Amino acid sequence: MNRVLGDWRAILVLLGPALLVYTLVMLVPIFWSLGYTVFEGNPITGFEFVGLNNFATLFTDPKIADALVFTLKYAVVLTIAQVGFGYLLALIYVFWLRKASSLIRTLAFFPVVLPTVAVALLFQELFKIAPQNGLVNDLLNLVGIQSVDWFASPDTAFLVLILMDLWRSMGFYAVLLYAGLVDIPDDLFESARLDGASGWRLVRHIVIPLSLPVLLSSIIFSVNGTLKVFDSVLALTNGGPGNTTTPLTLYMYQTSFTYGEYGYGSSIALLLTIICLLVTIFIFRSSRRDLTKG
Amino acid sequence: MTTARNRARRFVPLIAGLGATALLLTACSGDSGGGETTAPTDLTYLSFAENTSIQDTLTSLSTGSCSTENEALPLDITTQPQASYDQQLQLLAGQNALPVLFASGNSPQVAKDLNDGGKLVDVDAALEELDQTDAIIPAARSTIEALYGGDVYVLPTEFNVEGIWYNKQLFAENGIDEPTTWDELTDAAAKLSAAGVTAFSADGQDGWPLTRLVGNYLFRTIGPDALQKVIDGEASLTDPEYVEAAAAVADLGKAGYFGPSVGSIDYMTAVNQFLTGEAGMFYMGSWILANFNDPAQNQIGAENIGFMPFPEVEGGAGSRDQLAANVGVPLALSKASYSDDVSAWLGCFAENFGSTSLGEQGVITGFAVNEPVEDLPPLTQAVQERIDETTQSVLWFEALFNAKAATTSQTNASQLVTGAITPEKFMEMVQADLK
Repeated sequence: MNRVLGDWRAILVLLGPALLVYTLVMLVPIFWSLGYTVFEGNPITGFEFVGLNNFATLFTDPKIADALVFTLKYAVVLTIAQVGFGYLLALIYVFWLRKASSLIRTLAFFPVVLPTVAVALLFQELFKIAPQNGLVNDLLNLVGIQSVDWFASPDTAFLVLILMDLWRSMGFYAVLLYAGLVDIPDDLFESARLDGASGWRLVRHIVIPLSLPVLLSSIIFSVNGTLKVFDSVLALTNGGPGNTTTPLTLYMYQTSFTYGEYGYGSSIALLLTIICLLVTIFIFRSSRRDLTKG
Repeated sequence: MTTARNRARRFVPLIAGLGATALLLTACSGDSGGGETTAPTDLTYLSFAENTSIQDTLTSLSTGSCSTENEALPLDITTQPQASYDQQLQLLAGQNALPVLFASGNSPQVAKDLNDGGKLVDVDAALEELDQTDAIIPAARSTIEALYGGDVYVLPTEFNVEGIWYNKQLFAENGIDEPTTWDELTDAAAKLSAAGVTAFSADGQDGWPLTRLVGNYLFRTIGPDALQKVIDGEASLTDPEYVEAAAAVADLGKAGYFGPSVGSIDYMTAVNQFLTGEAGMFYMGSWILANFNDPAQNQIGAENIGFMPFPEVEGGAGSRDQLAANVGVPLALSKASYSDDVSAWLGCFAENFGSTSLGEQGVITGFAVNEPVEDLPPLTQAVQERIDETTQSVLWFEALFNAKAATTSQTNASQLVTGAITPEKFMEMVQADLK
């Protein structure tokens, strides 16, 4: 084995094809996109070298600030909600439902496998007001509350978006965290109970610290996924009303392909990459503290 | 630490190399030239998936009047959803692989860019060569010239006039005469609203039917060159007389004339609202005649629908005679594949498209109708007469805007009429994207 691993030709034969494919489909587009950041234009008008102009525009474009605020707000709210509810579901699976949890797990996981566009259409129907009320407005009318035009106001549109993505994703985090929880040895719980720990104390001192690695992975998954939200927003609100639910990804897409500004679009993509990287590093660093030591 | 630094140093040349290659590749890509002409083997046609009338007319021509041309160069139709159409066009143009004939994009700017890149056939010159200079009717020609800076490099497969359609019965029941001024229009809206009818049916989800009102108000107050002045930098959308137009339309929303949930109403819902008698008025282009002439959709009866030009604004420089007009989905021809066979197709197209489209699809085009079409529905006939009477047309609010400003305008229109943003803010946002 050592002889094979020491032979550069063997390494080349074994790794070469995969490395080549990876380079072509991942690295080249990344660097190609990076190259675009110093150009202006598109394939129709041609490209012109503009140096760092696109980066300067990032700081003066008010739409970037709006999109950034929305992206961060969405990421924070949805991460807390989907990991929080996912963790709650996982705790219910393990400590309350125990072996009878498989049906509930399947039901909670079901929305994860549905296509985003189908879910968005479902939520549009549920919350619609015109031409006829959706189920939600019908229920509101039933209890004497007037119909709400959910997609006309930024706050209500944001609420529906969060509800939809939470429903769609919490089953995934529940299953992920469940896998972490079932890994904790039973005898640890028994000895903790013998020592008098129960309820919140048990969760605080045993469950959370021992499921921390998978919890951390969930948070990183969630933050990175929510920062890059695109399809659900596009399908549910298309960034509206106005541009009040437009995340950086959608603005990047519009800039590149609708407005034909490939260079500036790539600069927005780079900004998003840097934000994802910084947030991930921040989460890793803040998790270094050992929670089992109080 | 030292090992890590050494390892990192080893990657620096690799990263720099890749970066430099990417820069070079990027700079080399997107050749904006027209490229060499290569004779095509098919008449490839790319258009919006949503528009079926042009492809149906082309198919009909390929088996009828243009069958000889079709034998030499068979028609091959491909469609692309309108939402991603410009992206597809950019990719094809970047690869010098534009189809022979194609819809010129979502906004006039796309065709302007393609023409600047030397990729389009000069339709005017090509028609002259074919001795078909009269193929495009004067009204359509002047609209094309206004849209594309005086040049004609697209084919007008539609010619639509725009205005306010109204329900004659509802008007009569509420004692309303056809409004000729803005004040009369708002009075009519107030009467309809008081009678429990939605005054204006409007597609707030797409936004453009609302911004059309802003544009028309500007053409009536400032004159037909109101938006050209903005593009030329002689005026700004944030000037008080421009903001006044946005404020006038916002006031209609504030008074509840668009109904309670205009932002959630899509195109077909707006059409249905009008055709089921729920709304008294409907601003729309003459392409809507297909829906009006369909008894299955039209529950109020075609004879019950009237058409009025956008009213005048007292003291304004514009007049009701200046109808808003557009050329629907204009088609362009790729210069790189313009051969003799394509030229023959263009000749046949110019000669027969107008009558075939009107006769078989009921669509009024920008081409002369060379074969008389009998038994046109009365409403279509009335619009055709109105087009013939029109001596000057105006464009629409976003016609001269770039894609960014047009998107901002349309996506924020419903917020303007619901009062979520002020008229000043609306115009400020659109003006900011015009740069």
